[in-house]
Amino acid sequence: MLAYAVRRLFGAIPTIFVIIAISFFMIRLAPGGPFSLERPLPANIMRNLEAIYHLDKPLMVQFWIYLQNLVQGNLGPSMVYRDLSVAEIIGSGLPVSIQFGGAAILLALVVGGVLGSYAALKQNQMSDYSVMAIAMVGITIPNFVMAPLLQLILGVELGWLPVGGWGEGAFRNKVLPVIALALPQVAVVARLTRGSMIEVLRTNPIRTARAKGLPERIVIGRHALRAALLPVVSYLGPAAAALLTGSVVIETIFGVPGVGRLFVQGALNRDYTLVMGTVILIACFIVIFNLLVDLIYGVLDPKVRYD
Amino acid sequence: MTTVSQFEQTVPGGEIKGRSLWADAWARLRSNRAAVAGAIVLAIIGLASLFGPMLSPHDVGQVYRSYIKVPASTTAYPREAEIPDLLKTALRRSRADITSLDVDGDLVTLTLTAEREIDPRITRSVERNADFTNVQIIETSPDGLSLTMQMEVTRSYFLFGTDANGRDLLTRTLFGGRISLMIGLLATFVSLIIGVTYGATAGFIGGRVDSVMMRIVDVLYSIPFMFFVILLMVFFGRNIILMFVAVGAVEWLDMARIVRGQTLSIKRREFIEAAHACGVSTTAIIRRHIVPNTLGPVVVYMTLLVPKVILLESFLSFLGLGVQEPMTSWGVLISEGANNIVEAPWMLIFPATFLALTLFAFNFVGDGLRDALDPKDR
Amino acid sequence: MKYETLHRMWRLGAIAVGASMTLSAFAVQAEVVFHRGNTGEPETLDPHRTSTTYEAHILHDLLEGLVVHAADGSLAPGAAESWEISEDGLQYVFKIRDDARWSNGDPVTAEDFAFSLQRILTPDTGAKYANILYPIRDAEKINNGEVPADQLGVAALDEKTLQITLEAPTPFFLELLTHQTGLPVHKGQVEAHGDDFVQPENYVSNGAYKLEEVVPQAHIKSVRNEFHWDKDNIQVDTVFYYPTEDRAAALRRFQAGEIHVNNDVPQDQVRWMRENIADEFKASPRLGTYYYALDMRDPDLADARVRQALSMAIDREFLVEEITGAGQVPAYSFVPPGTNNYDEPAIADYAKLSMIDREEEAIALLTDAGFGPDNPLELEIRYNTSENHKQVALAIADMWAPLGVEVKLLNTDVATHYGYLRDKGEFQVARAGWIGDYNDPQNFLFMVESDNAGFNYANYNSAEYDALMDQAAATIDLDERAKILRQAEELFMADLPFIPIYHYVNLELVSEKVEGWEQNLQGRHLTRYVKLEQ
Repeated sequence: MLAYAVRRLFGAIPTIFVIIAISFFMIRLAPGGPFSLERPLPANIMRNLEAIYHLDKPLMVQFWIYLQNLVQGNLGPSMVYRDLSVAEIIGSGLPVSIQFGGAAILLALVVGGVLGSYAALKQNQMSDYSVMAIAMVGITIPNFVMAPLLQLILGVELGWLPVGGWGEGAFRNKVLPVIALALPQVAVVARLTRGSMIEVLRTNPIRTARAKGLPERIVIGRHALRAALLPVVSYLGPAAAALLTGSVVIETIFGVPGVGRLFVQGALNRDYTLVMGTVILIACFIVIFNLLVDLIYGVLDPKVRYD
Repeated sequence: MTTVSQFEQTVPGGEIKGRSLWADAWARLRSNRAAVAGAIVLAIIGLASLFGPMLSPHDVGQVYRSYIKVPASTTAYPREAEIPDLLKTALRRSRADITSLDVDGDLVTLTLTAEREIDPRITRSVERNADFTNVQIIETSPDGLSLTMQMEVTRSYFLFGTDANGRDLLTRTLFGGRISLMIGLLATFVSLIIGVTYGATAGFIGGRVDSVMMRIVDVLYSIPFMFFVILLMVFFGRNIILMFVAVGAVEWLDMARIVRGQTLSIKRREFIEAAHACGVSTTAIIRRHIVPNTLGPVVVYMTLLVPKVILLESFLSFLGLGVQEPMTSWGVLISEGANNIVEAPWMLIFPATFLALTLFAFNFVGDGLRDALDPKDR
Repeated sequence: MKYETLHRMWRLGAIAVGASMTLSAFAVQAEVVFHRGNTGEPETLDPHRTSTTYEAHILHDLLEGLVVHAADGSLAPGAAESWEISEDGLQYVFKIRDDARWSNGDPVTAEDFAFSLQRILTPDTGAKYANILYPIRDAEKINNGEVPADQLGVAALDEKTLQITLEAPTPFFLELLTHQTGLPVHKGQVEAHGDDFVQPENYVSNGAYKLEEVVPQAHIKSVRNEFHWDKDNIQVDTVFYYPTEDRAAALRRFQAGEIHVNNDVPQDQVRWMRENIADEFKASPRLGTYYYALDMRDPDLADARVRQALSMAIDREFLVEEITGAGQVPAYSFVPPGTNNYDEPAIADYAKLSMIDREEEAIALLTDAGFGPDNPLELEIRYNTSENHKQVALAIADMWAPLGVEVKLLNTDVATHYGYLRDKGEFQVARAGWIGDYNDPQNFLFMVESDNAGFNYANYNSAEYDALMDQAAATIDLDERAKILRQAEELFMADLPFIPIYHYVNLELVSEKVEGWEQNLQGRHLTRYVKLEQ
């Protein structure tokens, strides 16, 4: 398994390279540039700026310069946030995103898993319907609606929690954004767990286990849940990569200093180096999580072999 | 023992058994009340979105300048009490004062006086307001300083209220539904076809083919999706067709992974090996055994994907990358509504309710389908 | 929301603020902390690389130029206590305060300023706003890399005396120095740390505050500069600046008492704010114009009658009252009313006509130009993504409809929009806006000079206009100059390369606890003038 993991990680290097190349040229070809924003710049000043960031050179030369720097671990300076290098910007946002996304994943997994299993056991009963209906609310309300609602109700009206701001990462400040981020995931996890749990409960091993008179707790907890989590793992792999690299909506509304906003704002501002940095970061996360998913599959389902 | 029964049920029966499986599923689906209710809701919303905008008295882009952000109401605008204000606004810059105003049903009689002679074209100031038609001057004083005119009030219903430009929200909500549903269904269909074929093939054949195929998926997967979509929107403007292509072309990856994962665990089951042994071709095994056996999770995933695509569209709208005016979608309407959550909540409530109902309905139908299609529970 | 609820929220807000204060565990009890919502993430704290207003707000607290804005926006002595201007208007001699000090105790010297001005004009600095300082002798040549930076017309006559020589008389030069580009940097720190002098541990400032902490995208914290010459009159000890990009979320944070001020508001909620927090919602005129640029290369729009017709048919009063609704001023001239060094702007003559007359005349003009029901004018309005721009474009399209103009809308993201205009892509109508960098009509009228490639979106090319602008630049007498500029604007309004739509307003949320936050045309608010009610 370790050999497999190492092989996969090395195999990912060309993948990442392809992504870097595609992204580099795509963002460069997008109309506008990092300095074509609302306030126009005189032509000579534009020239000065382009010279500083090598934007006056042919595209292939720029790509070469970028790769050379990258090999040395240098993601370059941000073209918009000029006091900081891309590495510094990501370095300040990533820990926040990981904390914040990690909390949301955990919440989603636990709450969603419990709700989903519960609903599956009560399949087609009133409690099944009501649990799933509540879970559905999480999916059906877009987070840019849910977030302001949470702020208005819990923050402004009731005054229980801070409306926004990161507050140096205090727990109070994290509650609302984590809930807003986790809600849709809770719902998805609950649905997936319910769906696969119902299926698993009807499989022969479980029937056999029940027939043998094993306590329901053991049947569900030890055997069924394990198999039922397969689709959840499939889903959560990429979802975790996405959550850990931030959410632009939640970050913007709550003022959370994570990397999600950097990425979208970078793309819209044409901050070429920042976009490239975040793309590489996200790509690495996705590669790692895909690998994790496959490894966890192996643990949960002994029938899967790494061939 | 159990494996034998599965083997008997799925393999030798071939076509005939397959048919009865679907018939059976249909019967079960019909007996699932939640699913039926969901399907009815979907049908109603679908039909309303399709035909509603044509039947509505308001055009989707029609602007009512006197009704900017008016609340939802079952009574017609203008109300009796609002008529004087409307007329005052219409005549604001005419330098004439209203001296008497009489509202009798749909007929309004109005007398104006001014310090200078009143231009008879003043009727046009009133007619500019779409609420007043047939404006006629019925009396002019000899010195021209006073004038009486009569007009009919046109009353309009805004059952869902109006938006920030004074457009009927009901019409726009229904029209937005058209676009959102179209995007959701088409993108899902595209991803279903690509994803299932691809995933089942990769998972079943396994070995080098699988790893190459999944490597391709990995590469595509690792391209941050948002980046891809944002750039597409930037490159090609807000072309809806492109939105389907972009979304469908990316979302199949999830589907492929799920199907592959299922296939990996199914293909080691004995009935597949038996089919192999009986000399059934790979294509046939994938089509007859692997795909039907992965349908449960796929249907569940699909019912999540339609809402997901509709929500994705709304996320793009939140970023300002949604469909172009004067077209609209639920996403665009909801993101406009979210901005007006305090001041004009109806702008959020109605489109959001339609969206939520649709997504609920999709999920109930999906659950019903999942239960009905489950081949093992017979 | 009812008043009681709001009142209660204030108390809760006070608790929230209190709680955040206890975070810095050893805070002195009487510490006065001011929480400023500041609309965006600053791109840099290097005054020579800055370009946005939200950077300006922070920089003006940290650094102090020769001349500053008082609370009401008027000019006031800053690091320089006095100055003399030569009769020909070419030489400025500034006397720097004896007690002006940097936050590390060093005296502020004339050399610091001379160094700073040279630095911003050096091409390698990549200063986006270097052109603000082009009136200084040889500045433009230096910025173009044609001559070395030490040739700049700036000299430190002695430790506390700075002489600046200009290329040509520039009546608004002092106003230019109040821009954030005129702020000094500490020479020693820049030489020691290079570009890293902006890091909090290296940042030495001469303003009322010094930089304490930068958490990208979360906040910037600055604390009182104990060496500032006016420190005894300053009440606020600590300032937090938050990048409140989401205006609606900022309003909610404001309601909850988490921020004391915010320098923008959600436009969609103006009506609500007027009704519920009228005392705290501030709208005041701003030096800026929202306009539609018309591409004069377009065969249809090349006809002045068409351009005039389009402008006439826009019901600006309706737009500002019903669509934008925050007190914006209908614009019938390009230069905003109240601009310094100017008389009454050149108001279009149809401003006073009724909409019926205007529409009638507009239709007549279009008919003359050959457009009518059989040959409708087709136009595309391009605008960058924003609810406000969308609503304005929709309303204007509706106003042009009676003229038989068929309008399509094209919405692109901000970089695409301006990139396209910059690259001289073909368009017909494009939304744009201009906020004056300094308070002078020239800062508006220069935009459509034919050689101003970056700003002249309309591709307007009038020798007469250029000649007037040149003449104005060479005129020292302010009244005379104002007359010439006024002629230029009259020509502008006749040729109409841009259709002015409305003049901007500063929209701010200001808590009742905040005193000394005066409304001014520039929207400039230094924290040192603010007093917080405890």
